[in-house]
Amino acid sequence: MLINGKQVALKEEKTLMDFLHEEGYSLSRIAVERNGRIVPKAEYGRVMLAKEDEIEIVSFVGGG
Amino acid sequence: MNTEVIKDMQSRLEKGRVAIAGLGGLGSNLAVMLARAGVGHLFLVDFDRVEESNLNRQQYFLPQVGKYKTDAICEVIQKINPHLTVHTQCITVTAENALPLFREYDVVCEAFDRPEAKAALVNCLLEYSRVKIVSASGMAGLGDMNRVKTTRPLARLYLCGDGTSEEKEGMFSPRVTACAAHQANAVLRILLGLESEKGV
Repeated sequence: MLINGKQVALKEEKTLMDFLHEEGYSLSRIAVERNGRIVPKAEYGRVMLAKEDEIEIVSFVGGG
Repeated sequence: MNTEVIKDMQSRLEKGRVAIAGLGGLGSNLAVMLARAGVGHLFLVDFDRVEESNLNRQQYFLPQVGKYKTDAICEVIQKINPHLTVHTQCITVTAENALPLFREYDVVCEAFDRPEAKAALVNCLLEYSRVKIVSASGMAGLGDMNRVKTTRPLARLYLCGDGTSEEKEGMFSPRVTACAAHQANAVLRILLGLESEKGV
């Protein structure tokens, strides 16, 4: 799959939520688009990642 | 650029409807820049009052300390361009009220400070509205100014900043203002239809 423009191998079945936890993302500070569509937070645990997925993860840091 | 083209741009900006969520270092500077550009309809939202510690980077003045930011920014804009339509709401934006507050605007600028608030607003507007969002992440400290830039990670989301420098590095005027300027330029490009299909 393509994560933020970089090719990442999907070795085993996992949900988007599993992937985000593994990568250390803080779920309350991100927005995720999958194949051009926003993924609602409530669905992170139900979305199964697929090899052909293109995922964009936007993270926010504090300050403004 | 000939005068006809400039007139056409000005009339398109006059019709522009832009909301700004948060009137701190980003939002107050952004509001002033959009007012100077002649964006005709501004909706400005913040719950907070002006504090002395804001004056190192926010577009307020010492006599305004203690006033609500929504009132203070109106006073500033009034002195720049009294012909704009400016609406304000002194309210905390939540996941519940964000949609009714912002969904009718052409562009919504996310100008909060807390990362959770940034993410919540962006998620809500991407999920439930069709608006374009101009958000900001990473403009603290005194690092390399040239790392502050505009990207478009999602089709309806423009993101300004360096993506990494956090509030604990301290908030200083140059990078915060530069980031607000990136946001303002993105807004003007959107209103004038100057964006490319996927790029900025």
